[in-house]
Amino acid sequence: MATTTTSRPGRLLIVLGVILLLLFGLVALTQSWVPKLGLDLKGGTTITLTAKSLSGGGTVTADQLDEAKNIISQRVNGAGVGEADITTSGGNHINVAVPGASQDSLIKQVGQTALLYFRIVYDAQAGTPAPATTPSPTPSTTPKPSTTPKPSTSTTPKASTTIQPSSTPNGRAWSSVLAAATPTPTPTPTAKPSTPATPPASTPPANPADPLNYTPDAATQAAFAAYTCDKPAPTDDPAKPLISCDREKATKYLLGPAILKGTDLSDASAGIPQGGFQWQVNLKFTGEGGDKFLKATTAIAQRPQGQNLFAIVLDGETISTPSVSGPIPGGQAQITGTFTETEARDLANVLKYGALPVSFDISSVETISPQLGGDQLSAGIMAGLIGLGLVVIFSFLYYRGLGFVVVLSLIAAAALTYTSVVLLGEAIGFTLTLSGIAGLIVAIGITADSFVIYFERLRDEVREGRSLRSSVETGWARAKHTIIAADSISLLAAIVLYILAIGSVKGFAFTLGLTTLIDLLVVFVFTKPIMTLLARTDFFGHGHKLSGLDPEHLGVERLPGQGKPSGQPAKPSTRKPVGGEV
Amino acid sequence: MSKLGSIGAKLHRGEVSYDFIGKRKLWFAVSLVLVAISLVGLFARGLALGIEFKGGVEYQANVRVTSSTVDDFTNVVKATNAKDLGDPIVTTVGSDQVRIQTRPLDQDDIAKVRAAIAQQAGVAANQVSNSQIGASWGSQIARQAIIALIVFVFLVFLVIWGYFREPKASAAAIIALVHDVLITVGVYALIGFDVTPATVIGVLTILGYSLYDTVVVFDKVRENTRGITGSNRYTYSDAANLAVNQTVVRSINTTLIALMPVGSILVVGTVVLGTGPLKDLSLALFVGIAVGAYSSVFIAPALLAVFKEREPGMVALRKRVMSKRAQSAAAAGTPVPAAAAAGAGGGGTTVVTEARKQDRPKAGTPVPSARPRSSGAAGRPQPTRKPRSKRGK
Repeated sequence: MATTTTSRPGRLLIVLGVILLLLFGLVALTQSWVPKLGLDLKGGTTITLTAKSLSGGGTVTADQLDEAKNIISQRVNGAGVGEADITTSGGNHINVAVPGASQDSLIKQVGQTALLYFRIVYDAQAGTPAPATTPSPTPSTTPKPSTTPKPSTSTTPKASTTIQPSSTPNGRAWSSVLAAATPTPTPTPTAKPSTPATPPASTPPANPADPLNYTPDAATQAAFAAYTCDKPAPTDDPAKPLISCDREKATKYLLGPAILKGTDLSDASAGIPQGGFQWQVNLKFTGEGGDKFLKATTAIAQRPQGQNLFAIVLDGETISTPSVSGPIPGGQAQITGTFTETEARDLANVLKYGALPVSFDISSVETISPQLGGDQLSAGIMAGLIGLGLVVIFSFLYYRGLGFVVVLSLIAAAALTYTSVVLLGEAIGFTLTLSGIAGLIVAIGITADSFVIYFERLRDEVREGRSLRSSVETGWARAKHTIIAADSISLLAAIVLYILAIGSVKGFAFTLGLTTLIDLLVVFVFTKPIMTLLARTDFFGHGHKLSGLDPEHLGVERLPGQGKPSGQPAKPSTRKPVGGEV
Repeated sequence: MSKLGSIGAKLHRGEVSYDFIGKRKLWFAVSLVLVAISLVGLFARGLALGIEFKGGVEYQANVRVTSSTVDDFTNVVKATNAKDLGDPIVTTVGSDQVRIQTRPLDQDDIAKVRAAIAQQAGVAANQVSNSQIGASWGSQIARQAIIALIVFVFLVFLVIWGYFREPKASAAAIIALVHDVLITVGVYALIGFDVTPATVIGVLTILGYSLYDTVVVFDKVRENTRGITGSNRYTYSDAANLAVNQTVVRSINTTLIALMPVGSILVVGTVVLGTGPLKDLSLALFVGIAVGAYSSVFIAPALLAVFKEREPGMVALRKRVMSKRAQSAAAAGTPVPAAAAAGAGGGGTTVVTEARKQDRPKAGTPVPSARPRSSGAAGRPQPTRKPRSKRGK
């Protein structure tokens, strides 16, 4: 073993060189020379949410958590803050990191439970009061962009969708909500249609509490007329009628009480049907949900054309308003229309979220001002440099020439760490946080400790009467086991912490584990081969006064095999310790 | 420095040594007292839990600190009339920061209080840092940390067992580990440092670090005691003590090198940032690494020796060694230690059952340790002169 590494130190160095070249090449390719910084270093808001299942004892499954994460993404993106980073951790936590200024409204919004309801549409009007009088409708598909709070970037898909039984081939009979709303500028459009809402086809439930029998009263109508969409989304009480706006806040809807809730859905997906060319959204209902949906669609289909709409409402926002042309049995349905792929997927996602019985607790919110973030970053860097400097000074004082080996090894480790952090930022979105930096700084010590173990071993070998060149090998053979064992323990600690602990512990554990691995790599492919090469030089191999391997420094009278002709026995004082043989 | 080097050499050869194992009762007593004080501190005073464990809102803003800063901010925050505000705690950090802690607040009130603080400090609202912690968050962190601790201790037990093939090494290492964590926590309780999630990280990291040192020492102990029952020169404790002495320079160096970066985080974190995760983390690490170094030198090897000396093989070895020492001591005319005299009876007749593994002799060659030696050289091998025919020339 020793012989192979003796003769081939160059190879290992080349391996390291190739690894470093590759890593730097990749960094150059990604064009990002700075690690991704966490929000505690550049300022921003970090929200930690704890997800709780509304059913099944409060524990959430991995799938549920993943979907919950998507809901949160949707909400955050909906809030228009941009560049938010949303991750899951620890089985039931979702972390939302939003750079920039504090986001009070976002915090509130993000922590809500997903509330998805299906409601019957009784009226639809432009969401912002036109400069003229309210009843004058703006029947164009998009209201004036200047008056909308957020300019809508896409045409509203909800204005032209149809829901149908999944067995029906792609029907084309969609209708526009706004077009439908146009002929009813007066706020009493739905007084009559509610009577035929008890159709001959289905069992007529004469229960007035049935949401299908709801008729908006005058007060609701008045409230609707006065409502504008620039207000925040209203609280969504399923038992009551709701005035709601679409996402673009362009249209307001007067909606009846909920006819179905999100958990009545079992699944939703977006896709293009076989033989079709348009994107559509496929719905699946639970058994009970399917029955409810059949009843609801039967009732809605009775309503006149343009009134036969229901709204899909998430968190008080109307996401889509498909029209119903007939009763839909069988617990499956499709929403068709002029969907783009993104729109279809968005809608499917919304429906899926709504089916998710998960609520969120805001566990912690941390807002770091950009100034404090900058302070923390510079403090971290300063601490790192000072720590590094101290270690280097100590190495030179104690190990003299070997200090160079320590410095070079630390440089190699630093280069590997830097590229890894940058690349991991690109590949898996790893962000460097303050505790991550702390982990890196602590790792300086761990990395240098490996060298100490090796060097002390090497000196022990010399004291036992070996020549420097053979000590480099025999010392290594023993030191490497110790280094591997000690590093394994460090790595184990890092892995356990990373998997089990929550909060900022993760960032720390990650960098600590990463640097422990890098430490192992550097000791094996850099420090050891360099020592082998250096032992061949006169300076180190013959124990120059400044090499750190001089006899005086080692506390022996002279280096074995040097200074005196060979054949003389070594000083008897090099007594071997118990069991000191290899 | 070269002085240190020669001390290292003398330690290595066993010329200079401190009897770490022999004086174990003293150090066990010291540790027991420290642990007892820590436990008393922990239960009597309790830990000063940070806001992260109690729930609440903390604000931090830059402001030129004057004598009236605390009162000014207290009044401003109280004037917001936020619900459940309680008494806000205002502290200044260094000369240019103020920190305000309140009980948990509504989202709207959080914004209101922040605006008030920003106005008082004369900065924009987004220049005020704040963190808001739900009351259950701290207990979640603590619970996960305890789970991590238990899982880690269990795994470490297995890893050390596997590496040293010796459950006693695992037991000794883990007792030392618990000792380190207890004393660190005790220091926190007694001095009253704030315990934050960063502190928890620090304490958990001590686990890895304390064991790092212990593993290094144990590795040397194992090396020195390999095949020890094949000779009768050293007891297990002697060999372990030599191992500790041989690795003590290494332990000091690794500890110093580990403490340097941690110390620089501590100093920079405290001086530049005043307070925060950097300070909390490094403080826990600093205390823990120092205690860990102490335990890996004074406690863990001594524990291991105590455990091992109970094994029948080691008891027999001790008897042989003692009787041998008694003989040579008697030959030199010095008084026989009482302990050695007790074991003197059976010493001469003990049969060496297990030869040293590394240099197990080939059949026919005499076992070196069984060879009679002149007692004049205290058992050390002497240079021998080869016969003229073999010397050449």
